Amino acid sequence: MLKFEHVSKVYKGKKRAVNDLNFEIEKGEFIVLIGPSGCGKTTTMKMINRLIEPTSGKIYIDGENILEMDPVRLRRKIGYVIQQIGLFPHMTIEQNISLVPRLLKWSPEKRRKRAEELLDLVDMTPDYLDRFPHELSGGQQQRIGVLRALAADQPLILMDEPFGALDPITRDSLQTEFKKLQRRLDKTIVFVTHDMDEALKLADRIVIMRDGSIVQFDTPDEILRNPANEFVEEFIGKDRLDSQRPQVQTVEEIMNPHPVTVTGDVSLSEAIRSMKQHRVDSLLVVNENQQLEGYIDFGIVNEARSKAKTVADAMLRNVYKVEKGTLVRDTMQTILKRGLKYVPIVDEENKLVGIITRSNLVDVVYDSIWGDSQANGL
Amino acid sequence: MEILQDLLLYYTHNAWYVLEQFGRQFLMSAYGVLFGALVGIPVGIFIAHYKKLSPWVISLANVIQTIPSLAMLAVLMLVLGLGPNTVVFALFLYSLLPIIKNTYTGIHQVDPSMIEAGKGMGMTRFQILRMVELPLALSVIMAGLRTALVITIGIATIGTFIGAGGLGDIILRGTNASDGTVIILAGVIPTALMAVIADWFLGLLERKLAPGKKRNGLISIGHE
Repeated sequence: MLKFEHVSKVYKGKKRAVNDLNFEIEKGEFIVLIGPSGCGKTTTMKMINRLIEPTSGKIYIDGENILEMDPVRLRRKIGYVIQQIGLFPHMTIEQNISLVPRLLKWSPEKRRKRAEELLDLVDMTPDYLDRFPHELSGGQQQRIGVLRALAADQPLILMDEPFGALDPITRDSLQTEFKKLQRRLDKTIVFVTHDMDEALKLADRIVIMRDGSIVQFDTPDEILRNPANEFVEEFIGKDRLDSQRPQVQTVEEIMNPHPVTVTGDVSLSEAIRSMKQHRVDSLLVVNENQQLEGYIDFGIVNEARSKAKTVADAMLRNVYKVEKGTLVRDTMQTILKRGLKYVPIVDEENKLVGIITRSNLVDVVYDSIWGDSQANGL
Repeated sequence: MEILQDLLLYYTHNAWYVLEQFGRQFLMSAYGVLFGALVGIPVGIFIAHYKKLSPWVISLANVIQTIPSLAMLAVLMLVLGLGPNTVVFALFLYSLLPIIKNTYTGIHQVDPSMIEAGKGMGMTRFQILRMVELPLALSVIMAGLRTALVITIGIATIGTFIGAGGLGDIILRGTNASDGTVIILAGVIPTALMAVIADWFLGLLERKLAPGKKRNGLISIGHE
């Protein structure tokens, strides 16, 4: 899909920003470029849509040398998500999203329809279309920034630290959302960041760069398992290497497969009895097909005692859940960042299959510390 | 009190004449600013993109601005002769500085990340100008036009010395008449009024033309 051949960039009289780069990316891959500042990662990315012209070498997209293409036409075929959102403040959300379609001269109806479709992808309603960027929260703005890059259905998307300006919680949920979206739409992504957590979470393969050259180009698991040299080890961080090694595990491997559940039609007093009996402070609410509907805890029961009769009346529906197959390390970060007490695990059909609590995580950490040292000791 | 009555008397007797001079003065100023905009905005855009030229062009416009208006009119009169066209030309010269400077500033202050976003999405240079730079600079450019119009309305008053007419005629007649306070006021008040109204109207237009910023004032060009 994308191929670099002996690409270098030398700035006037100064240093080599990028030095003889050679690599190839397959279609549908999520590639993250990472490295300390000044390592040439942004320069590398910007050479793909020719915001920066390489000094020498060749770059191919689908076998075509992009340096021989018209830069304007090239850029319209590549999605671009700029650092710090970069929505146009004088344009409505619709105008922002459908900018590239407009440049490609689509009809207004088609543009509108496409914009609505895209908003739907990120669970935003069409009434956002006529608002202006400043009326949206940071997270929503960045969603629009991403949608803008998808608007003309470009197969390749470049992203320049797109989530850098967001708060940790919003960033975390946007990363998850975006990774899902990318898998679904089968886009090829080149993503620049300096945040190793982000890289490990999102990337299919990571390019670690230093002083304009590639130090290691491999999958996250492989990089964690076999860092190429001391620089990579240091860059990943000793803590992360230690703590992440066992976490190539998926959530099913460590979850408790028998969470305490309750159905919506049960009365509140029945629910609190169940909590007492199982020595837990909250219950997951499921329907007759074991599909997760929400949760209820003793605090809610206590508050709603007088007003609500059944669990269905009182329960909270916005429960944070994780699909099975997710890696433990992602879930652990989420639990820690958001201060959750537990996370229910569901399958593709939202059926409850288990639960991860903080004590499960303690087991994981215990294993990674004591399990290893015991093995080493023997 | 007596002055007010006399003023009223003057206006009732000369209503048509005052109105005619009012219109004349306004047209001279408006044409001056119009030509100023036709030249100044493109020049401003140009020097915002070729920054090396900007100090030269802006100093030149500054120099023009420092020439006293009476001297300017006198010199232009030698070349262009008497009449309103000479005044319009002088007003054109005076309106250049605020228009060029504000256009330059307006385009210059557009967040570079906005331009990169436009470029990265495949806009041509002209599209970046039309869809990103000009809309984002519009309120600053409009402010320049406002300043220009207010300045020219003031300067147009002295057009009377080279026979261009306008409210200056009335003021001049007042200064020549003994005890002409009322006549002077009769010319000064509409001039001031015209400047105030023009400023207010362009301000209104400025807000109308700046969508997306209507409610929150001017900010929100940058981020966080």
